[in-house]
Formats: sequence, structure tokens, C-alpha cells
Amino acid sequence: MSQPPHAQLTTDELDEIIDLIWRQYGYDFSHYARASLMRRVTRCMLNAGFRNGYELRYHLTNDPNFFYWFLQTLTVNVTEMFRDPVVYRELREKVLPKLASYPVIKVWHAGCATGEEVFSMAILLHEAGLLNRARLYATDINPANLEQARKGVIPVHPMKEYAHNYRQSGGKREFAGYFSFFNEGAEFKPELRKDIIFAQHNLVSDQVFNEFQLIICRNVMIYFDKVLQNRVTTLFYDSLSPLGYLMTGMKESLLFTNVSPNFEEISAGLRIYRRRK
Amino acid sequence: MSLMTGKQVEILAIGGSAGSIPVLISLLKSLSPPIPYTILIVIHRLKNVHSELSLLLSEGLGTLQVIEPDDKMPLSPQGVYLAPQNYHLLIETDLTFCLDYSEPVLFSRPSIDVTFDSVAQVFGPGAVAILLSGANEDGSKGIRRILDRGGTALIQAPHTAAYQSMPQAAIRHNDDAIVLQPDELIEFLKSSMG
Repeated sequence: MSQPPHAQLTTDELDEIIDLIWRQYGYDFSHYARASLMRRVTRCMLNAGFRNGYELRYHLTNDPNFFYWFLQTLTVNVTEMFRDPVVYRELREKVLPKLASYPVIKVWHAGCATGEEVFSMAILLHEAGLLNRARLYATDINPANLEQARKGVIPVHPMKEYAHNYRQSGGKREFAGYFSFFNEGAEFKPELRKDIIFAQHNLVSDQVFNEFQLIICRNVMIYFDKVLQNRVTTLFYDSLSPLGYLMTGMKESLLFTNVSPNFEEISAGLRIYRRRK
Repeated sequence: MSLMTGKQVEILAIGGSAGSIPVLISLLKSLSPPIPYTILIVIHRLKNVHSELSLLLSEGLGTLQVIEPDDKMPLSPQGVYLAPQNYHLLIETDLTFCLDYSEPVLFSRPSIDVTFDSVAQVFGPGAVAILLSGANEDGSKGIRRILDRGGTALIQAPHTAAYQSMPQAAIRHNDDAIVLQPDELIEFLKSSMG
């Protein structure tokens, strides 16, 4: 028994698609990691019912609405609360006590998706008594993600897992107490998210916009090639105050980037880095 | 180093889920370093819990170390790699790892299909895939891609698997794959060492 044919795209066709999107819509995917981008694009084609690069090009050229659907599907919008609890435990125990010495603590979540990680951070800051002094900036390339994040509503089905993660991270309170529950979802308490600033920011093309004591960019740079990783990590370096912290995903090492000598990893393997002076 | 198929092996990708670890360990123990190709292992496991699977798999392998790669890490021609928890594992044409945190596929991240597909694209006829025990249908599509690109696909005989549905599904979808019992898989690996 054979399966339906795989949506096919050659690497040359992928390059043409990237070029088309840049010229017609101004989004630059040329320095995205090719392996994962190819996978996302063929997945979009499959969802749209296209079999080849010609059909995809035709619709991208002639149908801006299709492009915005494509963009939404292409960017990865997956996130979890307290993902990798051991990292959040380290934040509580090692990083927040250091940040407490700043009169205003500025935190940037770059690539915040629908907000789950920034809500996790708000909980940590709240429990450390620091939330009222914190300014959380949460940015993403995808406007639909930001719209969702501003509502503060997350799906109910993973809540049990999130509660488990929260406890693993050293959380001692009633996790569900941070939410109001509806049929459609769980709303993160407005008083904990009222000072979060959600804004569109494209790491590919946008610049430094503030100085931060902590930048969190987890599992975003894996979608970039080495050239773009270098650009983005330099942007983070320039956006951090001296001795500021940068957190990347558990499998994202600064070792493969140019800024590596300018950072030290404060806990081996957890990918919490500190900017050298 | 050639298998009985006569093709040069450049990479061996092993996928498994429930019940696959004992067979996987016996396969790894049958290897005698230096291994003449790269090995990738994709095993379904829990996320957000501490895991030392790479250490456990390295146990008793002597100088061989099973490594969970970081994004952008170059593949070593003799390396043995385990897909990290909660990421899909892909390979770039420049032979570096590319991790992906997009949606689970068939409830799985890492997904065996995703890695096999990537291995097929980059290595074509130089790829060998082995699919072991498991309780879902991950791996079937990946085996198809391996075979379509000229690679070799080996599936653990379902009656020898602790959980049969994964190898069974793969056989159902790929009647041109080779079905082998664990001791035959070991023989196969030994012959591939040259």
C-alpha cells in the first residue's frame, strides 16, 4: 500500500520562493536554516493542497491573503509554560537575586510566540516580589501571535503539564490560582500581565530598541543559519547592560557564534549566559 | 563499508519508541569502533523531565559516546548522536545539525519521520534506516522517503518487538523494506563495519 505523494520542492525552487517573498512582501527568509525552512514550506504546501513549487509561486504572487496565511503557518508558534523547569529553577535561584539590585528590571522576550514564556517569567518575578519593578517587553515577528498573547488566554489542555513544570521549577504556590478558567481557555491574571509590552519586532531586520538586564530568546535562533545567528546574537549583546543575562534554548549554544568570547555560561549546560563587561 | 545491498553506508538512522531500548542497546554493543559512518538515534521519550538516556546508552560502549547534539553542531563521521528531548532533529546539506521545535508529528517530538526524511534528502542511497519496536505509526513515512531516495530500510520483525504496531505499520506501508529479527540486525551491523 502506498501513501499519498509527498509535496515536492527542490532547493532551487525554495530559493525562488524566498526571493519572491522578499521582493513582493518584504520578509527576508534568506538566512533561515534551510533544513527546517524546507520542512515548513512543504508542510504549508501539503496543507494548502499544492503539489509543486509552481502552484505555490502562483498563489504567493497573486493572492496576498494566501501569503499572510502562509506566513502564519511558516513561522513556528509553538511554546510551553516553564519549558525546561530546571532552567526556571536556576533563574529563581541565581539570576533573580542579582537582578533585584536594579531599580528597574528590564526583560526582553524575543520571539515570544503566544506569550507562555513571558507569563512564566511574570510568575517568577511576582513570587520574588520584583514584578512591580519589572518591565517586560515581549516581541514576535508574527502579529497574530501578539494579538493572541495580549488576550492572555492559553489553552486548558496542557495546564496539568504546566503545573507540573511549575512545581519542578521550584514553584510552591497553587499554579491554577494564576488563571481564571473559561470553556475556551485559561486567562492569565490581568494584574500579572498589565505591564507586559507586546510589540512586533523582526530579529532579521530590526535594531536595538532598549537596554535590558535579561534577554530571553529560546528556540528561535535554531531556525536561523549561522550568518543570521551572528547578527542576532550581536544585537542581543548590544541590547544588554554589562553583566546582563542572555538565555537561549537548551540546545542553542553561543559556542557556534561570533559573540561567544563576550559571554560566559553561568551554569553548565543550562544556556544562561552573562555578558562580560 | 558495504552492506549486503552493496551500497556504501554514510549514515545509519535508528528509530524506536516503546520497547525499543533493549534492542537498541544490543545493536550499539555489537558495534566495534571506529564506526565507519555516523549514527543517529531517535527515541520517543518524555519532555521536561531530567533524562540521562545518552549516558545510559553510552554505558558499556567503551570509547563510544552517545551525544545529544546542539543546533549547528557539525556531524562527525564517526559520531553517535541521540535526538534531544522535545526537538525534531534535522540535518543541513553542510552536514551540521538543525534542531526544530515545531509541532509534534504523530504526537511525537522528536519525530522519527522527520529525521528519516531529512536523512533521506541529504544522504540518499548512503542512508540506512532501522525501525524498532513502538506503539504508534511514526517511522512509516520516513522509511518510505529513505527507500524512495535509494537508501536501505530495515524493520524489526514485529513478532520480536515488545510493541508491534510501529514496525507493523511500517511494513504495511513499505512492502519493499527488509524485515529482520534482532540477531539478524546485529549481523547486518557487523557486516557493515567492514
